[in-house]
Amino acid sequence: MNLGRRASFLLFLISVIPGSLYAQVTAERLLHASDEPQNWLTYSGSYASQRYSTLQQITAANVKNLELKWVFQAQSLQKFETTPLVVDGIMYLTQSPNDVVAVDAKTGRAFWVYHYAPSPAARPCCGIVNRGVAILGDSLFMATVDAHLVAIDAKNGHALWNVKLAEASAGYAATMAPLVVKDKVIVGVAGGEFGVRGFIAAFEVGTGKQAWRFDTIPKPGEPGHESWRGGDWEHGSAAVWVTGSYDPDLNLTYWGTGNPGPDWNPEQRPGDNLYSDSAVALDPDTGTLKWYFQFSPGDPYDYDSVQIPVLVNRNWNGSPRKLMLWGNRNGFFYVLDRANGKFLAGHPFVKVNWASGLDANGRPILTPQPPGAPTFPGIQGGTNWYSPSYSPRTGLFYVSTWENYSTIFSGVNADYKEGQRYTGGANTSPIPGADNPTSQRQGPVNTYTEALASGAVVALNPETGKPEWKFEMHDVNASGILTTATDLLFVGGREGYFQSLDAHTGALLWKQNLGGEIIAGPMTYLVDGKQYVTIASGNSLFTFALRE
Amino acid sequence: MRLRWIFQCVLYRRAGICAVLALCGSATNAQGQDRAPQYFQSDIQYGAQIFASQCTSCHGENGDVIPGVNFRAAQFKRVISDNDLRLTIANGVPGTAMQPFTFGAAELTGIVSYLRNMSSFKASGQMVDDPARGRALFEGAGNCASCHAVNGKGPRVAPDLGDIGALRTAELIHRTLLDPAGSMLPSSRPVRAVTRDGKVINGRRLNEDTYTVQLIDEQEHLISLSKADLREYTVLKSTSMPSYKDKFSAQELADLEAYLLSLRGVK
Repeated sequence: MNLGRRASFLLFLISVIPGSLYAQVTAERLLHASDEPQNWLTYSGSYASQRYSTLQQITAANVKNLELKWVFQAQSLQKFETTPLVVDGIMYLTQSPNDVVAVDAKTGRAFWVYHYAPSPAARPCCGIVNRGVAILGDSLFMATVDAHLVAIDAKNGHALWNVKLAEASAGYAATMAPLVVKDKVIVGVAGGEFGVRGFIAAFEVGTGKQAWRFDTIPKPGEPGHESWRGGDWEHGSAAVWVTGSYDPDLNLTYWGTGNPGPDWNPEQRPGDNLYSDSAVALDPDTGTLKWYFQFSPGDPYDYDSVQIPVLVNRNWNGSPRKLMLWGNRNGFFYVLDRANGKFLAGHPFVKVNWASGLDANGRPILTPQPPGAPTFPGIQGGTNWYSPSYSPRTGLFYVSTWENYSTIFSGVNADYKEGQRYTGGANTSPIPGADNPTSQRQGPVNTYTEALASGAVVALNPETGKPEWKFEMHDVNASGILTTATDLLFVGGREGYFQSLDAHTGALLWKQNLGGEIIAGPMTYLVDGKQYVTIASGNSLFTFALRE
Repeated sequence: MRLRWIFQCVLYRRAGICAVLALCGSATNAQGQDRAPQYFQSDIQYGAQIFASQCTSCHGENGDVIPGVNFRAAQFKRVISDNDLRLTIANGVPGTAMQPFTFGAAELTGIVSYLRNMSSFKASGQMVDDPARGRALFEGAGNCASCHAVNGKGPRVAPDLGDIGALRTAELIHRTLLDPAGSMLPSSRPVRAVTRDGKVINGRRLNEDTYTVQLIDEQEHLISLSKADLREYTVLKSTSMPSYKDKFSAQELADLEAYLLSLRGVK
């Protein structure tokens, strides 16, 4: 092969192997995402999902000098739940229903917009939302509310492939940011209020071809199926709608699963209903289940275990251990051994009366309340899908909570009809005339008030399960949390304040009223030597940095 | 709906046709061809059950969570007729979270019946009574108008009740008249604030967050306070509104409730 032909062949290789030579983000970079804190390469910042940054420019001493640098106004009035990625100065964010926007991370000016029009048959339970994208090479990956997975060219916003995950008309949807592990993009499906059968699936990043699928409800003949009666499993839900985590040393990826269906009538589905309300550990190459831990067996309260699995290496009883920390919607904070799923400890972090505690295996000791009596926590849980954070410096686990919040649950028989809500009952507020808080936004006036529910950020000591401090909010708090190596904590709330707290003490250091509910996770990055902090609030994305 | 049925009976009684309506055993509604001529209590109750299980997670128990939509106030974005309502439920609204529902005919009739009668629905099926007599009580013996305005006519010490019939259910209004303190929405509670320089501010809470509180004071000033500037801040659980439990007869209470339910705001 002469030189000219070699050059031509090289150009050919470059053109047919996208991302292999000029890759923006390699699998190796994703493995070590924490080592390049100038970027934010995954939904939770790293595979360990600690939402912790080692950037140090913004400190307790200067955080008061944060000022607004730019605003991106979403072309949507839906809830804005995105956590953007930032790769070498380019930010990738999503806006409802399923747009991806690439903007200059310094100025917020857009390079391109990819618009995906979901099928009108889409019926996500709780708003037309999307929480972000994943990246590998030059490709972005977005799950859609009509249950598709789309790959998009990160340079020009053009679609590369589009695969259907499941039937939107049957209630399947997808709202999470996918997770890329090695050469596969992994995603789960929502639809827990429609009697779907949940699953997690992996697709080849280059082609969209399905590599494996793990059904969160075992079919007849599979282990765990005995936890269902008759045909209940077929519409047993166990949906998966927030992003998982990954431990490359153990080669395990971890995901949380949602409520069994119908939500509020366990008499229709006696048994533990595996693997609903569980953490599942899967082999990312094959989808094989390695272990599971079920938080709320036979759950009658819609206590999804759809939280971000936070992976932490630290001492446990004096020995180094690979832990998984989990603030669950059911009101208990769990510590698991993530190598084998062994229950190590569990403590309530909000008021809990549906269980008096956890037994030696972590199974709840049930104390169901009489009909008509309030159950704590309420329907939205002690926490929910909001990203927690863990700081290796403070050793504390930070979680957004709903405090003193209860619901009266009542179940009725539900008939399954494809595509219809399959909830089996209702939940009401114990306060006369007050609506049970929904996941919808409520506007600028707080009609819930402290009597119905209030919010907080709680800093939990993993070893004791006890709060080291609590930052109380008047309204409820559905915000994600970010911590930094300068021991700052950033968090929003339904009131629209974006706040920075001292991660050691919870003391308020800075706040800014952004005017719209914050139901997304903050993230941080650095471009041209300047550290930025970004958060979605209301219908806009706000980015702050220190005053010049 | 019961309220309208009774009200119409009062009018029709003079024409001697109320007996015919009563034989129907149903609620009636005569707001033109957009609506069914009558809604049956059994349908309304059936629709209420479906609404509780299928609709409240987005629309809320009172049907007023989605901006621009308030079922109790008959406020819709697209719906005019009952048929529009059926089509919206059956087809959903593309581009929104309103999904298509494949309800059967009886279920659709139930839901439509309930939505059209949500403001005065009582699960117990108990009837409400004469709004004209109720208005006289409101302005007279009940002394309600000394604190409550109706569409701007009256004082602002307590909430304007001009749209209370669109905001609260018949049952909740009944409960409020018997137990005002226990039924008061927490967001409207009276508050007492004392500033660092000793100034006392009494008022009714309009809004509150972690750092501030907004209220209307006794002199009807809109005031926003920073909690950091306050020496004392108290949310009171008591109310100056009396209970009408022993003050009014059952008939008078029913009349007063009928009047309050008839208040649907300025159209």
